[in-house]
Amino acid sequence: MSVRHALLALLTEGPKYGLQLREEFVARTGEVWPLNVGQVYTTLQRLERDGLVESDDTADAGPQKGFRITPEGEHELAGWLRTPPDLTSPPRDELVIKVLVALRVPGIDVHEVIQVHRRYVVELMQQWTRLKDDEAEFDLGLALVVDAELFRLDSVIRWLDAADGRLKRAAAEPAAPVPALMPRLRRRVGVRR
Amino acid sequence: MSDHVLELRRVSKVYGTGPTEVQALRGVDLSVEAGAMVAVMGPSGSGKSSLLTIAGSLEDPTSGEVLVGGAAVSGMSRNERARLRRRYIGYVFQDFNLLPGLTAAENVALPLELDGVAARKARTAGMAALDGLGLADRADRFPDELSGGERQRVAIARAVVGQRRLLLADEPSGALDSVNGEAVMRLMHAACKRGVAAVVVTHDAQLASWADRVVFLRDGRVADQTMPPPGPESLLASGPGQ
Repeated sequence: MSVRHALLALLTEGPKYGLQLREEFVARTGEVWPLNVGQVYTTLQRLERDGLVESDDTADAGPQKGFRITPEGEHELAGWLRTPPDLTSPPRDELVIKVLVALRVPGIDVHEVIQVHRRYVVELMQQWTRLKDDEAEFDLGLALVVDAELFRLDSVIRWLDAADGRLKRAAAEPAAPVPALMPRLRRRVGVRR
Repeated sequence: MSDHVLELRRVSKVYGTGPTEVQALRGVDLSVEAGAMVAVMGPSGSGKSSLLTIAGSLEDPTSGEVLVGGAAVSGMSRNERARLRRRYIGYVFQDFNLLPGLTAAENVALPLELDGVAARKARTAGMAALDGLGLADRADRFPDELSGGERQRVAIARAVVGQRRLLLADEPSGALDSVNGEAVMRLMHAACKRGVAAVVVTHDAQLASWADRVVFLRDGRVADQTMPPPGPESLLASGPGQ
């Protein structure tokens, strides 16, 4: 999450004070991302140093000091919005590693390990859905944040289901090879360290 | 007398005999109290659909007992079962199952009319159910004049019309997009808040996460179930990754 760009985005609506920026940031991200006022002022100082915002010359630093975005800041924000985040290389997912390890440990039922994680993730999804049901219906920012989290967790469940099915099929076939602990992904797709 | 609207006790179901025998359910226990939504998840062939058809008294278990509203279904005559299905149980299917020659209002009123309720009274109850789901202005439309999301809302109105206590749903959001799927689950959840008990069979974790309890079926057995979730405030403690 780029606090820097979120503050620039808020300043495109007009000049604002630090405290006001903090309150608007928290409100618009559905209050899921708390942000302390110190972080706001540190970030604003850096933005000012880089020429992306400018402040009232006369006022001292503090709650009454107003900030506005510069043309350079607008350019920076527009570029950031269109730059996709790095999704190219698969991370070393702890859950994937646990399932791979479970396959090699004697006496461990990998399907039971998968179910433990599946239940945990579904319970987490129930909590997010309850939040959506209680509060997100009239809070668009929160609804978008909760959707993102639900889709992320949903993809974990889908992978667990797929792994469960794939392992079941492999066990039914004669002499299914045990996969390597860490498949040789790095050479092919460059696993992030 | 328990307050369980639905109770399955050691329910098993076997299809076929000999080499073609398939054991769909193996000693399943499941209770759903008034106002609760239970989701049943599991891979294809885990017994989800059999569980739902047996819970809805659409077919009999091979062994075990099904109680609906505290009464054992096995002790009921055919007529009593038919009445139970008309008055007490509402069904929502993946493909909506609306009758194409009837308007939305007529589709919703149909179960009441079949149960002997006078046409005008049935229509009033049907309109109330449609109104509750924000569909009053679609009452005179035929199913092919409605969007997929509207058709499924009509199907839910039909399932909850009158005094139904038990709602059984098989993949209720079907092929709907996620926003319409969520709307369907909100409506079912709202019905539960009014005291209806619901069982939702689905492979979709986002739908299942609307339930108070998620039961995981595997090879015809209840393999696991979720614990009651803590409040959502526990999600709000952590800050953003910087």
